[in-house]
Amino acid sequence: MKIKDIYETMEYGPAPESTIEAQAFLESHNRKFQLFINGNWTESSSGKYFDSINPATTEKLAKISEASTNDVDAAVVAAKEALPKWVGIGAHKRARYLYAIARQIQKHSRLFAVLESLDNGKPIRETRDIDVPLVARHFYHHAGWAQLRDTELKEYKEIGVIGQIIPWNFPLLMLAWKIAPALAMGNTVVLKPAEFTSLTALLFADICEQIGLPKGVVNIITGHGPVGAALVNHKDVNKIAFTGSTEVGKIIRRATAGTGKKISLELGGKSPFIVFDDADLDSVVEGIVDAIWFNQGQVCCAGSRLLVQESIADTLYKKIRKRMESLRIGNSLDKVIDIGAIVAPVQLKVIEDLVQQGVDEGSTLWQPSWECPKEGYFYPPTLFTDVSPSSTIAQVEIFGPVLVAMSFRTHKEAVKLANNTQYGLACSIWTENINLALDIAPQIKAGTAWINCTNVFDAASGFGGYRESGFGREGGKEGLYEYVKPRIDELFSKTPVLKALKKSKVDAAKSLSKLAEIDRTTKLYVGGKQARPDGGYSNVVHSRNGDYIGEVSIGNRKDIRNAVEAAHANTDWPSRTGHSRAQVLYYIAENLSIRKEEFANRINEMMNCGKADADKEVEESIERIYYYAALADKYDGLVHHTVHRNVTLAMPESIGVMGIVCPDESPLLGFISTVIPAITMGNSVVVIPSETAPFSATDFYQILDTSDVPSGTVNIVTGTKKELATVLAKHDDVDGIWYFGNQEIFKEIEYFAADNMKRTWGNAGTYRDWMDKAQGQGDIFLRHASQIKNIWIPYGE
Amino acid sequence: MTMKSKKVKNNNTIQHSNLSDLRNEGIPFDSHIFEDIHINKSAVERRVESLGGRRSVKKEWQAAWLLKAISCIDLTTLSGDDTKGNVHRLCAKAKSPVRLDLLDAMGMKEANIHVAAVCVYHNLIADAVNALGNSSIPIAAVSTGFPAGNIPLEEKLKEIELSVAAGAKEIDIVVSRNLIIQSDWKGLYDEVSACRKACGEAHMKTILATGEIGTYTKVAKASWVSMMAGSDFIKTSTGKEPVNATLPVSLVMIRAIRAYYELTGYKVGFKPAGGIGKAKQAISWLILIKEELGNDWLTPELFRFGASSLLGDIERQLEHFVTGRYSASYRHPMA
Repeated sequence: MKIKDIYETMEYGPAPESTIEAQAFLESHNRKFQLFINGNWTESSSGKYFDSINPATTEKLAKISEASTNDVDAAVVAAKEALPKWVGIGAHKRARYLYAIARQIQKHSRLFAVLESLDNGKPIRETRDIDVPLVARHFYHHAGWAQLRDTELKEYKEIGVIGQIIPWNFPLLMLAWKIAPALAMGNTVVLKPAEFTSLTALLFADICEQIGLPKGVVNIITGHGPVGAALVNHKDVNKIAFTGSTEVGKIIRRATAGTGKKISLELGGKSPFIVFDDADLDSVVEGIVDAIWFNQGQVCCAGSRLLVQESIADTLYKKIRKRMESLRIGNSLDKVIDIGAIVAPVQLKVIEDLVQQGVDEGSTLWQPSWECPKEGYFYPPTLFTDVSPSSTIAQVEIFGPVLVAMSFRTHKEAVKLANNTQYGLACSIWTENINLALDIAPQIKAGTAWINCTNVFDAASGFGGYRESGFGREGGKEGLYEYVKPRIDELFSKTPVLKALKKSKVDAAKSLSKLAEIDRTTKLYVGGKQARPDGGYSNVVHSRNGDYIGEVSIGNRKDIRNAVEAAHANTDWPSRTGHSRAQVLYYIAENLSIRKEEFANRINEMMNCGKADADKEVEESIERIYYYAALADKYDGLVHHTVHRNVTLAMPESIGVMGIVCPDESPLLGFISTVIPAITMGNSVVVIPSETAPFSATDFYQILDTSDVPSGTVNIVTGTKKELATVLAKHDDVDGIWYFGNQEIFKEIEYFAADNMKRTWGNAGTYRDWMDKAQGQGDIFLRHASQIKNIWIPYGE
Repeated sequence: MTMKSKKVKNNNTIQHSNLSDLRNEGIPFDSHIFEDIHINKSAVERRVESLGGRRSVKKEWQAAWLLKAISCIDLTTLSGDDTKGNVHRLCAKAKSPVRLDLLDAMGMKEANIHVAAVCVYHNLIADAVNALGNSSIPIAAVSTGFPAGNIPLEEKLKEIELSVAAGAKEIDIVVSRNLIIQSDWKGLYDEVSACRKACGEAHMKTILATGEIGTYTKVAKASWVSMMAGSDFIKTSTGKEPVNATLPVSLVMIRAIRAYYELTGYKVGFKPAGGIGKAKQAISWLILIKEELGNDWLTPELFRFGASSLLGDIERQLEHFVTGRYSASYRHPMA
């Protein structure tokens, strides 16, 4: 081009980033990568290779090994063998290694950025300015946590060997999110990068070698889905951390159900981007660019559902269309583009098909007038208007540069539309009114709420989903808990912890003759009222010595359904302050204390443990209620140190409606120890009490009735545990379920819970001694009864 | 300047394409148009920050863009010790801002590259007129009690009239900041309207002194009012405030220009001034203009840099482009 012509047209020219160093790295491995196992580059036993492609040019970059099951096994063995030494070197030495990794990544930051951009097709601007700096930051941040593990997380220890499976959209960043906390907490890892984008993980392996990371602490195995499956199912892998599709997340949940193998899942999303009429619309437009045209929209938390207040919708759509015209698409190494290439033909096809479906279903498509490059896999930025919530494109995650827009009339409707999704990863809220912003943010079911910003990340803040966007957090202190386990877990019993059996004083023959006294019929307790079971059946309950005690209602699936509905109808309890909840909890303790004789006698009657032990259980129950009442206004969130001029609030929020399946062994204390922490955090619960000793729970509803507990907060359904627990696990409007009992039922619960990704918690075949405070209470109960939402609030006027 | 003054009917559904050459005549004061503006500072800054990574010009493109930057400079001297001598040097440099051998090497010898205007205090206008002779370069004078603007309105208007009479084709006015600080938008409108009237055919650049305004929202509102009152350009700063032109404040102002154009069909120009001394900064501003306003604004008719040292840095970068060697300032004739 002649300068004279450019002077007239004022067009941009090409500004290509050099790939010389990245090509040299590929050559240093002869463009043929082996597996990184136990610190050595190892030939795959399958002998198979597949190509890694630059999606912007379709040029082959390198051959990547396809790991076999044997290779997975070798990698897990290496990680397992490396574990004792890695644990043994202590927190400070681990911190030094993490710090060295961070430094090494920074030293080679441009190489990582270029390689990532080549392999994935994303713009060099993003890898250079966003991804790689965040990667270094993640390792620095976690070098700090490594140093602090023994002081900040005294009660916890490493989990062991962690299997990690990461996606192709942020290959290196997801590696960092997985490996940094795992190593910091003293675990060793086997990581499988996505088959489309293995290269930066392999460069990372080089870095591990360079800094002298002990062999076997990090193992990188490449390949397709079956490699991941082998990792998930490996018996010596103690935890799986996965980022990817909800579909695969559910498979992993089912595969690990009941095994006690810890999992954290970072899954899909259809995140709402909500614009109120007082927002700075020009800034909103740039927010949308960052939300849906960042990384070609291949972002799990992409703001892909635009919800606009009706009065400004047309104005905003016009601005967006105009802005779309000036977006530039092209080779990922060009420094003058906004949008790069789609990772692979298969993903391009998914996008094309969904867009076609959007058109077929009657939504209005708009794309800019310019054309995409002919070679390579490109898709233009796309806006759909005339979309309704029932449109496929409004519900399904497209994972491409496609924005679907809908309007709302009122703030209430905005919240309703925003939550009208099975996902719950993130949301973005645009308004200049802080009252409105802080009113809306807690109402959106999502792990991250960005106010007047979007796609902002930092290692100090946890990231993760609600609902089917998965569970667990990555980043911040909340993320560390995914990579540790409580030391106390090792004290759990292999069998239920029962008190010594004493002879019963009552006449063993005594049965229905009890009717001489006034009959006391135990019913179900639903929505603050006693309810007869739908089926109209009752079961006889005997004591441990076989004495007849009474009859208990047999609840069925309809009773569970009613209980869940009653729990949802209760909007009072979740909205209360911690102090208000504490007051109610203290009142419960007070009323239990008044009736402690009666409750102790009942425990003794059922458990034949002797009056003295029964008294102790009641006393401990009262104390436990006090414990959680005390915490109700103290178990609170954090303000994270994240980016400049931003308040990042990490708020624990309730899970929603939880199912609580109580242990059989401590009829009152087991009920208290599980139900009270759940409601302390503002959840409403559907409780299935001890099947063998249900009366402590059914007696308890009179206490609830007299303690100002809002109706629907605690709902009690007695009956066959297995049957009821399964119904709860399958109920899609139940958000979490705790199960304390045998492994067989726990497995079923976790298996069925996968369908709506409800959070599960239990002991996986071990048993707590509920009388032991160290085992029976703690903030771990509150943590499992809540989930962290991070609200990002930039400020400055 | 080649813009012509024409009357335009002010209805809000004007066909923009027919109006690109129209001088802004202003519109009646109407606070409803701007009173709901909210500018989100963090988002504005994020846009500017991200843009630096999204756009870049290299090689021939960089050279061409830098030449364009030169053509948009209001080559300025605004010092207490300005005399005929240094104003003469400045005017000579204005006519011939780049060494001929460099222009020749870039194939731009015939392109008639010169700066957009020479900007001086009132007392130096006559010297500048002399020095510029029959060149087409206009003289811009800072006026209305520059830089603080705290003189009576009558004096402001008188100063404008004197400057125009002395040969200034462009008048850079300073507004009374207290009107902005007190949100006296009607007062500001009246003041700027009066100045515009006093300017007559001379084009008026309205300096907001954004470094003293405090919030971006107020900058946007002041921009709106200045445009409604008939400014041909809105300008960030006098160069004398503690904080002068910044990219974020420029973004706020040019977004207001865009919105005003969409509403009225009038294209108002933009002039960042103060603190822009490096070629790289100039490119950042040109990119910002291109991205937010489009190529139409990348001309001296609608975009100016208020700068004194910028030209020197651009010359060195151009020599580097031509020779591949880093240059020294003494190799280029001084202003």
